[in-house]
Amino acid sequence: MNGMIEMIEGLGQSVLSALARLGLAGRFFLAIMMVIGVPIRRFSLLVRELYFSGVRSLLIIVVSGMFVGMVLAIQGYEVLQRFGSSETLGVLVALSLVRELGPVVTALLFAGRAGSAVTAEIGLMQATDQIAAMDMMAVNPIARIISPRFLAAVVSMPLLACLFSAAGVFGAYLVGVKLIGIDDGSFWSQMQAGVDFRLDIINGLIKSLVFGVAVGLIAVFEGYYAPPTAEGVSSATTRTVVTSSLAVLMLDFVLTVWMFRGLNG
Amino acid sequence: MSVVKSSPSHPASLIEIKDVHFAYDERPILRGLSLSVRKGEVLAVMGGSGSGKTTLLGLIGGRILPNKGKILVDGQNVPKLDRAALYALRTRFGMLFQFGALFTDLSVFDNVAFPYREQTNLPESVIRDLVLLKLQAVGLRGAAGLMPSQLSGGMARRVALARAVALDPMLMLYDEPFTGLDPISTGIVGRLIRRLNDAFGLTSLVVTHDLDASLKIADRVVVLAEGKVYRDLTPDDVRTTSDAFVRQFADGLPDGPVPFHYPAPPLVEQLLGQPGTGQASAGRDGGDTP
Repeated sequence: MNGMIEMIEGLGQSVLSALARLGLAGRFFLAIMMVIGVPIRRFSLLVRELYFSGVRSLLIIVVSGMFVGMVLAIQGYEVLQRFGSSETLGVLVALSLVRELGPVVTALLFAGRAGSAVTAEIGLMQATDQIAAMDMMAVNPIARIISPRFLAAVVSMPLLACLFSAAGVFGAYLVGVKLIGIDDGSFWSQMQAGVDFRLDIINGLIKSLVFGVAVGLIAVFEGYYAPPTAEGVSSATTRTVVTSSLAVLMLDFVLTVWMFRGLNG
Repeated sequence: MSVVKSSPSHPASLIEIKDVHFAYDERPILRGLSLSVRKGEVLAVMGGSGSGKTTLLGLIGGRILPNKGKILVDGQNVPKLDRAALYALRTRFGMLFQFGALFTDLSVFDNVAFPYREQTNLPESVIRDLVLLKLQAVGLRGAAGLMPSQLSGGMARRVALARAVALDPMLMLYDEPFTGLDPISTGIVGRLIRRLNDAFGLTSLVVTHDLDASLKIADRVVVLAEGKVYRDLTPDDVRTTSDAFVRQFADGLPDGPVPFHYPAPPLVEQLLGQPGTGQASAGRDGGDTP
């Protein structure tokens, strides 16, 4: 009986603390939005973060995109040729990439590559009093440190997702056309005919924009509120990757349901 | 600079702290602390770990809020200020953090230039000259191009000092400025604190537990215990006092009014005794009972 009550108490406790943390993140998001003009006005602050988060993620994004595209081509060809429609490989690959794999895999890779780095950097700045020092110099650390990093994630994510998809299409072209020998013309023309700009490309961009907000917010939030110890920063970094990945996959489901509602009915 | 307003009761005091209470969660740190800091003096605030020294700096800087009490800095009640007024006041503070808190992604030069670039509209050529002068004052003009990771602890502290005095503050706050420094660096930093204070007409509050270093530079020494000012002494008083707590502190005795042992049941009882006495009963806060 006692154990039961303790269990329920524990459950309630963890739900309450999760809600409190969510509320804290919400307030933190508002605080960032209040000063989001700063990195736009002082563009050099944003450029630095775009370089660290965006440009430095290029290699992993492009290489991963290529390989995902190549694998898609092999798997897709194997299934499509059973139905004698292997020339539609271009559409299959492009739609998979633009609608889903581009935004989602990019967001997962970005969380691991850039999000974790941002969390660790901000967490260590907090642990070494750099953020306190800035605050004592009457410089708002949310404006000066947090908002450029957040905005950089929001801006880089759609761009990286586009590059991921482009690299994927190119990878699929190499495997499908050059290696397997699908007709060059039908690969591209089917793709052109089958991919809709608004429905597929714009929706994919919206997705990656939302993922950019989610991953960016989680990364700066975890860093800012990381306990100022080695253990605290390391677990905050892990939490960024885990929470971002879950958030991206859940948001992807919600967005997909919303974007493609009524299309099959 | 702005007109100096002073509180009527102590015309010559820059900081006036009245009956301040502060607790972390349920643990009381300050219990009715009152303290005034006179203009132009170097005041050393001493006390054991957990006596609320660093908390005091947080309260004066407005980074934490007291549960009760007034903190007047230059006539303004810090806990009641809104963000804009607090930031306006803070531009007239300089603070040296325990390990310097230099921005690790900026060079020494850019660290010292940071306050000018953020708070002023000075052209870059003027900033360059000002930064070099500040670095010259702490003897590190030659290190302007280095990154913080390339500096020794003492050098980092001196760069942080140059950054803290960049905007010619009225008040300097030092959080454990001597921690982890070798004797030479301790001497250098101590002398810089004194020299900057006198040359620029500052007021300095030095929170420390390094008695020797602070006796050399302070005009007055305040000892905190049990969340209050326990003794207010001149450096000479500290050397000669017979007060048991101050003596223990000054002579570095392991046992005395501050006990060596954390509260625990008697050893024999715990070793031979019944199960259930295996753990010390609820601990006390801090360890600085005089």
